[in-house]
Parts: sequence; structure tokens; C-alpha cells
Amino acid sequence: MIPEIRVPEVVGFAFPNDIHITWSLMIVLYPYLTGIVAGAFVISALYHLFGREELRPISRFSMATSFAFMVVATLPLLNHLGHPERALNIIFTPNFSSAMAGFGILYNTYLLILLLEVWFVWRKDIILLARRNRGLKRKIYAAMALWTYDISPQALEKDHSAIRVLTAIGIPAACMLHGYVGFLFGALKANPWWSTPLMPIIFLASGMTSGVAMLIILYQVAMKVSGQKIESETIASLNRWLWLFMIVTVSLELLEIITLAYEQSEAWEAIHPLLTTKLAFSFISVQLILGSLIPFILLMIAVTMNRYLHDRVRNTLSFVSALLLLIQVFAMRWNVVIGGQLLSKSFRGFRETYSPQLFEKEGILAAAGIFCLAFVALFVFAKILPVFKALEEPRTVKLEAEAKRS
Amino acid sequence: MGKETTRRGFLEAAATTALAITLGRKAGLAAEAGLSEYNWEDYSYVYLVDASKCIGCGMCVQACQKENRVPDGFFRTWVERYRIGEGGRVEVDSPNGGINGFPATILDFKVTKGLFVPKLCNHCKNTPCTQVCPVGASYTTKDGVVLVDDKRCIGCGYCVQACPYGSRYLHPVSHVADKCTWCYHRITRGLKPACVMACPVGARAFGNMKNLQDPVRKTIATQPVLVLQPELLTRPNCYYKGLDKEVR
Repeated sequence: MIPEIRVPEVVGFAFPNDIHITWSLMIVLYPYLTGIVAGAFVISALYHLFGREELRPISRFSMATSFAFMVVATLPLLNHLGHPERALNIIFTPNFSSAMAGFGILYNTYLLILLLEVWFVWRKDIILLARRNRGLKRKIYAAMALWTYDISPQALEKDHSAIRVLTAIGIPAACMLHGYVGFLFGALKANPWWSTPLMPIIFLASGMTSGVAMLIILYQVAMKVSGQKIESETIASLNRWLWLFMIVTVSLELLEIITLAYEQSEAWEAIHPLLTTKLAFSFISVQLILGSLIPFILLMIAVTMNRYLHDRVRNTLSFVSALLLLIQVFAMRWNVVIGGQLLSKSFRGFRETYSPQLFEKEGILAAAGIFCLAFVALFVFAKILPVFKALEEPRTVKLEAEAKRS
Repeated sequence: MGKETTRRGFLEAAATTALAITLGRKAGLAAEAGLSEYNWEDYSYVYLVDASKCIGCGMCVQACQKENRVPDGFFRTWVERYRIGEGGRVEVDSPNGGINGFPATILDFKVTKGLFVPKLCNHCKNTPCTQVCPVGASYTTKDGVVLVDDKRCIGCGYCVQACPYGSRYLHPVSHVADKCTWCYHRITRGLKPACVMACPVGARAFGNMKNLQDPVRKTIATQPVLVLQPELLTRPNCYYKGLDKEVR
């Protein structure tokens, strides 16, 4: 049976096939998730590789967040594909002239690096948990430790070196994974709203912004819920990074628009009305004012007046800015993915706005469900392994080890 | 040594038999499909639209929808109407792809010239759609036609985004990319595409660049022709006569 096609309103003239939105809310969600993956990983790298001690309290947590979002990142893609059962064709028989064929290599490489790094970071905890537990639990932890129980200082030193090496490879891998999504859009000459070499860099910068913002929110919530203290040094540092990343992001986003406007090319003739009519709310109101200008001011206060701020004020400024920036980055993804499709390739008209339905296959509920799954994944991770503080060895074991050494 | 020879002999015989069976089967299938004499090396297809002849009747769109079972709301071919006045006033429309012709509507400016422009896949030589297909489901045949393998397509929609002419769509039932095939099932049997056959005024023509006597080849060689969006360097195999600068 042929499903009923909702024929949307068109302003001006659009090519008849252009009125359908091929890339839905799912394709908005996918780069949103991978951006958080990359951003959270960079924060963990700042501690592991660049020695930012003030980020130690969330170094493990940021890696767990990166991992949790990475695990669910493919779900929107699978839900979007017309034939998800053929999805593995991309990995096994890629057509290398397609940028999308890079997905298999980039996603799997980064996932492998992340898996290995998670294992090395938590190896000692896994072993301690295997020792503490009995029965099935013990077997599971033992399997996770790959049945090696070596936590001698030499072994831990090796773990540490492995973490450094993996982080060093992981940063470019995370950037490639997320930057390539920007490239998918940026390298399409058919669409002037997408076609710019700035696109991968904008995606990367906004990915960093959303990753740090997500960490700020999750960290504050997790500390509140568990009744622990929010480290002011950590929040102050995250504020600085968030401010830096958001300035880079917004500058690049504006640069793209200003260049287009200044060039006065054919593309601008089509993009100008797109921005001022169809995307007026999501671009100007949400992305630029609510999501950029307000958090810029709030973070400026938080960063420049840091030492005068009471912890509660700093945390609130940070939390609100992070929330607004998460909205900003989502709006940016929306404006790119959906905005680019509202504009017809005839350059003469627009499709009426796309509003996803609540219950459709690629609708709001499905998107919200997948997004929530990332938090579920993080929660499960935290149930299995400690995401904030490393486990301590029992005193007796420590004494025995010392006795052995002496 | 003797044993060795026997094994080689056996393998050779087996390989020959397998080859004979495969070739025989292929020949049988080809003959069944009426393709026995078709050699795609002998063809390089080309399409020519004469916009000055088109009357906007929509017969071509109807023929295409019927021949290829194109779902409602999607188009492998369509017709655009351009009404142009002085001072840069342009009105373009294509109600339901022009399938039922064009209603007479009154504009708020004086139309000084007008034209109908049939559109379809340009079967580009340097095509962005096959370039971006992540699994190689979109491909170009040796006779120059851009096709989609619907058994291989994963339905990602990247080709739809990459086509600057808007000639692709995701099929609402099969969930794979779909597009004009120049009626490949017809042209490989020596027939013309359905749209060419249906055109009452000869605005659409189909030819073979490898045939020296082909009238379409001669027109392209000797008369002024244009392609759509030449600045994108997609090198279309679909040529136009009688276009206006307003057409993209």
C-alpha cells in the first residue's frame, strides 16, 4: 500500500521532488550525539594527556559520558535508513568515493580506541570488584578484567602509559568522527546552505561546546543527587573551556553567514530569505540570541569574575549557560540539516517548515527515546563501574603488598 | 606425477563445464529477455529537449508515471512553466509536475516571454549522486545511464541531497532511491523512452552518440545547445535547446 504523502505548502517555486524532507529529525540528532561524544572525550583528554589537575574529579565521568553517547549514536541512523538490514554494507562493501563510506572506518576506529581506553582506566577497579564480589558477579568482573589480576605498581604504570597513548590517538579520532559529519554536508555542491569548507570546523567546535555543556549539567546533577560537593575549581575550569569553545563556535557560524552576505552571490539570494523567514525563529531567536548571546554574557561574568563569585552563583551561571548552549547546538544542527532541505535547489522557493510528528517513525518520541537511552547507558555504566572516584584497595591487601615489596 | 596430471585434468574439465553452464545460462537468460543482440559498448545515450517546442501538455509526465509506476507526489520527469516579464519579474510553477497541463492564471505583471521546460535526470558523466552513494548502489552503465540497484540501496538519501537538479527521491514503498532510468528496460530493446514516445510535438528526443547518423547527435554537434547548471561541472548527457537564463 502506498502511504499517504503529506503535500506541504511551498512558497515560490520548488522542484517537485524537493518538497519532501529526506533527512529527518534523526539526522539532526546523530551529529548532536557525536558532538557530545567528541566534546566529552576532549575534557577527559585535558586531564589524562594535558595534566589539567582541576579536571580530575570528572576525568572518568567524562570518558563514561563519551562512551555512553557513542554507544547510542548509531541508533538514529539505523532508524532513518530505508533498509537498516543492509546497513552493514557500508562497512563491508564501501564505495570509497562516498564521504559516507568513511563511517565504518571512523566509527569503528574510535569505538575501539574508546573501549580500550575505558578498559585501561577502569582496569584496577574491575579487578578490585572481581575480588570483592562472589558468584556470577565475580565471574563477570573477572571476564571484564580478562582474567588478569595484576595491579602491581609496574602494571598500573603501564596502564597509565597506555591511557596516554590512546588519548593521543583518541583526540584526532574523535575529531575525525565528528568532523566528517560536517564534511558530509560541507562537500555537497548541490546545496549552497551546506557547501562550505567551514562546515566540518563548525561542527567540531559546536560539538566541543555541547560536550562540555552536557558534562557541566550531568556533573552538577550527579553531585546534587548523590549529596557530594561540586568542586568549584572543576566548575570554574569547565566554564572557561565552555566559554572558549562557544566563542569559537559562534564566531565561525557568523563568519559563514557574513561571507555569504558579503559575496552577494546567487546563493545569498536564496539563503537570505531562508534565514529571515523560515529560520527566523530557530536561527535568529534561538541559535543566535537565546543560545549564543545570553550564555556568552553569563559565562563572561562567570569567567572574569570567578574569584568573587559564591559557589552557588558560579554553579547556577554555569548550569544555565550550559543548558542554553545545549539548546544552541541543537538549534544549529536543526538549522543546518532541516534548513538546507527547506531551501529548494531551484533557488526560487521554500518548503513550508518541517514539523516532525510525535508518533511517526522518525518523530519526536523516537528522537527523545534515543536521546534518553544515552542517559540510561550512562546510568548502567555507573552501576557497573565507579564513574567518579576510583575504588580504594582494602588496607590488608595494601599492607601485604608493602610487606612483599620490603 | 600421473596422479597430479589426473587432478589437473579433472579440474580443467570441471572449470570448462562450469564456464559452459554459466555462459549457456547467461545466453539463455539474455535471449529470453530479448537482449541477445544488445551490446552496451555500442551505445552512448543522449537526450535532447527543445524547450521552444514544448506546449506543456503533460503527456510525457503521464506516460512516465504509467510506464514506471511512479508514486503520486514524486516525479521522474516533470515540466516547469516560466513566465517572464520586464524588470526581472519571473513566475515559475509546475502544478503536480505539470501532469495535467497548466491552468491559465492571471499574473500581476505583463508577461513578455514564456516557455515550458521539461526536466528529468541529466544522467551526468561526472555525477554527484553515484559519487556519494556509500555502498555503490548508484552506478553508471557502460552505455551512459545512471541507475540504482534497488537490492543494494540502503535508503540513506545521500544521493537525493547530492543531486543539484532534484531528480531523485526516496520511494515511499520500497524505501530506496528512485529516479529516471531513461526507461532502460525499453532502450535496451531498441525502443525510445516513454516520455519521448508520448510527446506530441517532438520536444523530447533520444539518441546515441556512438551512431554517426543519429539525428540527435547531429543536432548537438551542429546547433547551439545548453546544459542545466553547467557551473557545477556535472557534465550532463541531457542537452537543451531554446532555454532562457532564468532556467536552473
